[in-house]
Amino acid sequence: MKFEHFDDFQLDVLREVGNIGAGNAATALSKLISKEIDMKVPQVKIIPFDEISDFVGGAETLVVCVFLRMLGDIPGNMFFIISVDSAKNLLEELLGMTAQDAEVFNDMELSALNEIGNILTGSYLSSLADFTKLNMQPSVPAVAIDMAGAILSYGLLEFGHSGDFALTIDTAFFQGNEKISGHFFLIPDPEALLQLFQALGVPFK
Amino acid sequence: MNVIKVGMADLNIAKSPDRIRTTGLGSCVGVVLFDNQNKIGGMAHVMLPDSSLSKGMLNTAKYANTAIPKLIEDMERAGANRRKLIAKLAGGAQMFAFSVASDAMRIGPRNVEACKLALNEARIPILAEDTGGNCGRTIELDSCTGILNIRTVNQGVKEL
Repeated sequence: MKFEHFDDFQLDVLREVGNIGAGNAATALSKLISKEIDMKVPQVKIIPFDEISDFVGGAETLVVCVFLRMLGDIPGNMFFIISVDSAKNLLEELLGMTAQDAEVFNDMELSALNEIGNILTGSYLSSLADFTKLNMQPSVPAVAIDMAGAILSYGLLEFGHSGDFALTIDTAFFQGNEKISGHFFLIPDPEALLQLFQALGVPFK
Repeated sequence: MNVIKVGMADLNIAKSPDRIRTTGLGSCVGVVLFDNQNKIGGMAHVMLPDSSLSKGMLNTAKYANTAIPKLIEDMERAGANRRKLIAKLAGGAQMFAFSVASDAMRIGPRNVEACKLALNEARIPILAEDTGGNCGRTIELDSCTGILNIRTVNQGVKEL
């Protein structure tokens, strides 16, 4: 499937996919911390590899990321990305863990972040599975704190062989005063899009 | 002095006194070639090991087995002496620790192996490397000295 053939309707459908998935995940996050969470309109982009980390501030920006691989009918990669400050605030809200060192996380904190990412991306994916009636299984999640470029390039490997562009569905969320903000970032594998459109009855060439 | 930027799946060369740089290497490998006599440096940001799996248009800079010959060719055209070239490698990390490591997850080490193979075939000695581990790297080559600066988030800056 060639990206340049996507029409507005298909892109709208993908935006709605992001809306439903991230909407459910944002609700889950809101319940976790008992605070209101807002989200922005999902961005569906077909972007060159080089620009993959621009939305979080560039390839060298330090981010906290929970990554999992989607398996089943629509394989792909799912990232839950927040800034280091947001991660510290989130831990404090949720567990009463007071932020210690500025950029270092201990094992307990990492494990908690991993589990938060697991719950949120899990609700993203299960709402998609309900909506599409497709079989979707998340892999065990993994957490990393590092340069955005180094982390996000993982999501591009499946695209690596077929071109220099990737289709991404990015949904930003934030808590009222931006103390906690971040992104749900979905990169379906190239062949997954066909399956997805088929399941939703979207015509394509 | 300019700093020349090399993107993902991209390659370029720099002549003294310029510097050449690539950011956010994760499982990708930064291959650096340097001709000390002519003060010409080259850098490739390799993303995948082998071009035989490529579909559609081939971006030679993306694969280890095609990027390294292309980089050597470009450097020779810029006046470098192939026989004087030395190589340095950085990157090839495993960013996420999964209990069940699939082949795709092992892409970092596979990229490093493929780069070494391609350098071997071109008979270019590898002088130094900072590969593997689980951290992202940003690298910058000084084309006057051939010194490669490697910056990581947790371990600061080191020189190769």
